[in-house]
Amino acid sequence: MTQTPVARAVNWNRLQDEKDLEIWNRLTANFWLPEKVPLSNDIPSWATLTAAEQQLTIRVFTGLTLLDTIQNTIGAPALMPDATTPHEEAVLTNIAFMEAVHARSYSSVFSTLCRTAEVDDAFRWSEENEHLQAKSRLVLEEYRAASHPLKKKVASVFLESFLFYSGFYLPMHWSSRAKLTNTADLIRLIIRDEAVHGYYIGYKFQRGFEVLSEAERQEIKDFAFALLFDLYDLETKYTQDLYDPIGLSEDVKQFLHYNANKALMNLGFEGLFPESICQVNPAIMASLSPNADENHDFFSGSGSSYVIGKAVATEDEDWDF
Amino acid sequence: MAELVYFSSASGNTQRFIERLGLPAQRLPLSDAEPLPIIRKPYVLISPTYADGEGRGAVHKQVIRFLNVAANRELLRGVIASGNRNFGAFFAHAGTVISAKCGCPCLYKFELAGTQSDVERVRQGLEKFWKQQH
Repeated sequence: MTQTPVARAVNWNRLQDEKDLEIWNRLTANFWLPEKVPLSNDIPSWATLTAAEQQLTIRVFTGLTLLDTIQNTIGAPALMPDATTPHEEAVLTNIAFMEAVHARSYSSVFSTLCRTAEVDDAFRWSEENEHLQAKSRLVLEEYRAASHPLKKKVASVFLESFLFYSGFYLPMHWSSRAKLTNTADLIRLIIRDEAVHGYYIGYKFQRGFEVLSEAERQEIKDFAFALLFDLYDLETKYTQDLYDPIGLSEDVKQFLHYNANKALMNLGFEGLFPESICQVNPAIMASLSPNADENHDFFSGSGSSYVIGKAVATEDEDWDF
Repeated sequence: MAELVYFSSASGNTQRFIERLGLPAQRLPLSDAEPLPIIRKPYVLISPTYADGEGRGAVHKQVIRFLNVAANRELLRGVIASGNRNFGAFFAHAGTVISAKCGCPCLYKFELAGTQSDVERVRQGLEKFWKQQH
């Protein structure tokens, strides 16, 4: 007879992994809801898009909704049985819930800007688009309970840190042209969340990876790169389908390469795509961080005078000077 | 050649950057139970960023603990910070905070474990920077 295991309460004052609390704090501090963003201010701007541009935007957001739905209902929950600490399980519930918020946000955009029939069409399109369905299938295949815990994490990091970006490109593009700027604000909140999700799941991947034998490590690494190639192949086709008509496919691909490298870094691997094909359009980079000082290389400045940061609020009581 | 001092959490991004940089560097301890290294020469600090969406908590507590020692601040000549551009205006915000708190220049910002160009720019930049300091 099998015994029911002892039910255990999570004790946040006894941590096995400090990273769990660090990420819990970061995610909860970053909590937001779409109601925070005044999307209706984008109504006049939406009207300036052509019918084809509107359809593209609705389709891109529907594709993103699909990925968020997968991550909310299947992806993040699939990682819970593999959690090595009770706190990790709690963090994963937060990740799962925020994915639901993301998926819900796109519907807020739709109800504010679009006609119901157009949106219904796009949801039908998402079920029929072969590339979108194929990439979902590839990821879902790895989320099966029988899959290796580290393979699930690889698939999850690729979804969080790579697959979203063919979609995120478009609102950043519109925003760089002063269009749909409130919608872009909402997308930036999602982009920020996905960075933490990819970082955390990638971190947990690394912890599991480092205790494997050399042969097992090689197998998992080969699996990761093979999956990335398969997903990349589908992403380029998906990208061309969507962006060829407005001539942006090549620009989107640079963004995909750049983000694929970041996904690999989250897993602790080196980037795959050479920098020569990771040349993201500066307008897109600027759109990702509005109001930021875009010069991050002070070495190559005038040389003798380096800028010293202006006083910033540091409420952290740990500083004692 | 002066020193590099860096912090890298268990995610190892900064550690990987330092390894590729190939310059002598001292790592700050991960836990506050461990002693801080003794610094005797001018150095540049490399710090990751842990900010939330409002920029709070950008600098890791172990880095703050190290900088709370006045002697360590006196030898600090510049800071290099890492982060993720997904955080927008708060990308690598630790560099901005440390630069302002300690009155030293923020020399460079890079993402995660850095690209090959980042490694080369930092290597060349540091070489030039230290020449100007003498």
